[in-house]
Amino acid sequence: MEVKVLGPGCAKCKTAYNVVEKVIKENNLDVVLTKVDDIMEMMSYNILSTPAIVVDSEVKIKGRVPSENEIKELLGL
Amino acid sequence: MIQPFADWLVYSIFGIDAATPLGVAVNFFVYDTIKIIILLFCISFVMGIINAYFPIERLRQYLTTHKLYGLDYFMAALFGGITPFCSCSSVPLFIGFVKGGIPLGVTLTFLIASPLVSEVAIAMFLGSFGVKATLIYVISGTVLSMIAGYILGRMRLEPYLSDWVKNAQMQSNAQSERWEVEKTPFLKRLPTITKESWGIVRGVLLYIIIGIGIGAAMHGYVPEGFFEQYLSSENWWGVPLAVVLAVPMYANPASVVPVIEVFVAKGIPLGTAIAFMMAIIGLSIPEATMLKKVMTWRLIGIFFGVVTLLIIISGYLFNWIL
Repeated sequence: MEVKVLGPGCAKCKTAYNVVEKVIKENNLDVVLTKVDDIMEMMSYNILSTPAIVVDSEVKIKGRVPSENEIKELLGL
Repeated sequence: MIQPFADWLVYSIFGIDAATPLGVAVNFFVYDTIKIIILLFCISFVMGIINAYFPIERLRQYLTTHKLYGLDYFMAALFGGITPFCSCSSVPLFIGFVKGGIPLGVTLTFLIASPLVSEVAIAMFLGSFGVKATLIYVISGTVLSMIAGYILGRMRLEPYLSDWVKNAQMQSNAQSERWEVEKTPFLKRLPTITKESWGIVRGVLLYIIIGIGIGAAMHGYVPEGFFEQYLSSENWWGVPLAVVLAVPMYANPASVVPVIEVFVAKGIPLGTAIAFMMAIIGLSIPEATMLKKVMTWRLIGIFFGVVTLLIIISGYLFNWIL
């Protein structure tokens, strides 16, 4: 599974990244996590607000910091 | 209800004398902090509900598919105000709008209104200056964004967008947008909205405390009418000076408003204060650098110039009518 956190680097985007990272680590998941801070790449997902979470090239969450439970659900836990 | 609580806490429990500057300062601090936290939570909550039903994607969809004859400026200003954004969303938003074929002027209106009218600014204004000043602030912020966007739109500035935005604009596919409505029932959304509102309060809590702390200290110790000698409404340069000083700066509205409240209480005209506030939260150097990704310096200069000028004009206007 591949997860991308899109965000140019504001506080909210970092928090979002940390939440996802924490869930992955705590559950020893086999997930490739990447941080996308390039605007061009971000725009290819057609989002309007950041942070956004992309799971297997599908935008799942946009414009807000997700909770740990939401991420767990997205990752099939 | 909050005032008696603050009085009781400060004078009876802390045992500070109400007649001393310290008593005045601490009482102001306790009262304002509680009041503003409650207000901010309520306003964020209402905006959260609106946003759950009218997300920004829906606005874009609407603007790209309807001919609105000017009403689109109003919609952009209104939604810019009620949609909470992390400041760094402005670039993706800008590109998303331009890509969707929304006119540059309308996009800029949104970009101006978004920081200018925000839930934090409204809560702080309501708590510090009351309903009348808040209405003036919100209405003028909305109108100013519309006028600025309209003027900028008429200036034919598209050539000054950065190259890759122009490319994106060219490929504008009128967005055969796959925007799907989330079909979550209202009651199930409430916990999320509540949590997000609380998140907004928590996010600015520190700024509120710092701002009110400084405000409280000044409230207790700066003599009445102290600033009047420098920035009274008779000095014609008061407004431009306040605005020009404020443009490069950025501060969270949560910190600025309590300080401005004291400025006003000690003799600065409200119009000058509102203009100062708008310039602080509406324009800043960090914002300019962010916009560099989508605009040339020339366009950023024109953009800042027009908005600054309009803020100065509205400052004069408020001093004159208030």
